[in-house]
Amino acid sequence: MFDRHYYKSLSRSMVLTVFLVSLTPLALVSAITSYQFHTSYKDRVQAHLRELVLKHKRNIDGFLAEKLAVVRVLADIIPEGRFRDPAALQAILKSLQERHHGAFVDMGLVDADGVQVAYAGPLRLERARYAETRWFREAMRHDLYVSDVFLGLRGSPHFIVAVRVRASGAEWILRATVDFESFNELVESVAVGQTGLAYIVNNQGEFQTRPRREAAVGPAEMRGILLRAAGAETRGDFSPESAAAGIRAAQSSVALDVIHEPAGGKDVLLLTAPLKDGAWTLVYQQDEADAYASLYHARNLSLFAILAGGVGILLMAVLVANRMVNRIVEADRERDMMNDQVIEAGKLASVGELAAGIAHEINNPLAIMLEEAGWVLDLLDDESLRGHESHPEMVRALKQIRQQGGRCRDITHKLLSFARKIDPTVKPVQVNDIVRDMAALSEQRAHLANVRVSVDLAPDLPEVPASPSELQQVLVNLINNAIDALERGGELKVSTRLDGGFVRLDVADNGMGIPKANMARIFDPFYTTKPVGKGTGLGLSICYGIVRKMGGEISVDSVLNQGTVFHIRLPIGEARA
Amino acid sequence: MSGNGVRERASGVRVLLVDDEAGFLETLKKRLARRGLEAETAGSGEAALEVLARVPEIDVVLLDVKMPGMDGIEALQRIKAARPLVEVILLTGHATLEGAVDGMRLGAFDYLMKPCEMDDLLAKVFEAKARKAELEGRVAGAGGTP
Repeated sequence: MFDRHYYKSLSRSMVLTVFLVSLTPLALVSAITSYQFHTSYKDRVQAHLRELVLKHKRNIDGFLAEKLAVVRVLADIIPEGRFRDPAALQAILKSLQERHHGAFVDMGLVDADGVQVAYAGPLRLERARYAETRWFREAMRHDLYVSDVFLGLRGSPHFIVAVRVRASGAEWILRATVDFESFNELVESVAVGQTGLAYIVNNQGEFQTRPRREAAVGPAEMRGILLRAAGAETRGDFSPESAAAGIRAAQSSVALDVIHEPAGGKDVLLLTAPLKDGAWTLVYQQDEADAYASLYHARNLSLFAILAGGVGILLMAVLVANRMVNRIVEADRERDMMNDQVIEAGKLASVGELAAGIAHEINNPLAIMLEEAGWVLDLLDDESLRGHESHPEMVRALKQIRQQGGRCRDITHKLLSFARKIDPTVKPVQVNDIVRDMAALSEQRAHLANVRVSVDLAPDLPEVPASPSELQQVLVNLINNAIDALERGGELKVSTRLDGGFVRLDVADNGMGIPKANMARIFDPFYTTKPVGKGTGLGLSICYGIVRKMGGEISVDSVLNQGTVFHIRLPIGEARA
Repeated sequence: MSGNGVRERASGVRVLLVDDEAGFLETLKKRLARRGLEAETAGSGEAALEVLARVPEIDVVLLDVKMPGMDGIEALQRIKAARPLVEVILLTGHATLEGAVDGMRLGAFDYLMKPCEMDDLLAKVFEAKARKAELEGRVAGAGGTP
């Protein structure tokens, strides 16, 4: 439980580290470049829009100035009387219309009382009275005047260019009406992208052109913007000269605002430039998203790239971390197994030492006890004692002591053989030879137990580096065990085989088998299922120790009441030279 | 106990028992004496050498391998050096077979595992005595000195 937790947190921290280390520079670089790109691109777009607006401001101012100049030139050079003549006025208008692509709709001469005394144009406006109109009052106060756009008497939007003329001792006003449509076209042509929109408003925020779409800001807000943008803009006389001056000075007069449009929830770029000496304002609006479309496109693209890269890095990090952690798990498991084996070997060694110590300490007293018992038996041999009625019983008891002492001696001797190192010299050993020898050696005992011993040896078996005496001991132990397992007789088969880089040695019997419960303990020292006095429980531990020492493996397969097979695999290579 | 047969063979066989266990020595001595063998005892390797020097008639030494001080193997070498014809049977209290094998290589007659059966012990002693007698005869014949 702890382990799984540990590996999980290990994997997690590896993923996190790889992910952060790889992604941080990527994110940092993209953030820096995208910021740089962002600002420079915005600057460029804004500069472009300023230029555009400025150009159109010049065009419009130029247009107005030109119309104004034309009318003034007419007023300057043509005697006032000519204007009174409807035919002459008609001819002038015709010429104007031809030279100015129909920009001029009509012309008229208005006297100081606001009465139009002469008129040329499509409407019947002779004797029209303008005394009360705003444009007339304004025109009377200035030499030149361009009115706001208004519906006028005709009911269609237009504006008036008016020139004050002083002739015949009175002031006259020469007025021409400029077609709104062509002017509107001029402004409308200012359009960039999908949401670019240009229009002209006057100081009151009233539209002077007809925007194709609804403007981003209402008249009230527009007034605020205009006030802020125009500042203390002087409302001077608009004239071709002031227009030229304005065009020259207009370089910095384009103001840029970013307005949050509450209705659409969008941010809108609003560029404003004063026209007509500040009486009008050219407004250009464009949605930020539209103006910076390619910027946002690039940003989305790079965001996607970072996201995809991040996902890729994450996947790789998870993959790599999993692989690494799996290796670590594997290594840990191997280490644990090695530890187990070391512990097993250490257990065997310490048990061996203990056994040797105990055996040695017991052996001497045992020898004395047996000698004493023997001595008493010797004494009882005397003629004088033989007649005693208890004599046979005493002899029996002493013999019993001697017999049991003998059993103890057997046990201590086996203990000592468990601990002792029989000739451990390793040399190339032909396993087949040893199997043959040991099988022959066991023949007698097997015969008594009614066991048939057979060998099945692979020809051309390579030699293995081993100690012959140790190998003999292993075989003797296994064969004896097998014979013990065949209580009522049976078959015992020893076979050898080449198995990869190993020589495999199987000792199989068809005896009673080993119960599952005992399987785990059969290699433990002193573990035995034999009756008391029959086995020491050391045989298999000795085998285990020897085989492991040789770098081999020993395992067992057993089916209850069908038999048991001990497998030994001994490495062919110079495992333990 | 084969009674008289043993006694006959035993007569004239002088044995030295060397062991650090006094109880073992005494009992074994008594048992051997009962079978007609005259036995000397020594509690250590050094004592054994002294006894050998004192009693030149000793034929067979029963020598415990593991003893404090001078151990059996060293004692064996010194006994063989001093009295080459004396046969030595090693008694090993624990199965240090290497010790036994080393002992054999160094000239011991044989070895016995402790505790041992009296009959085995006697058989070994008589074999050793027989060999000693044979060697003595050969030495006498070859050397020409009586």
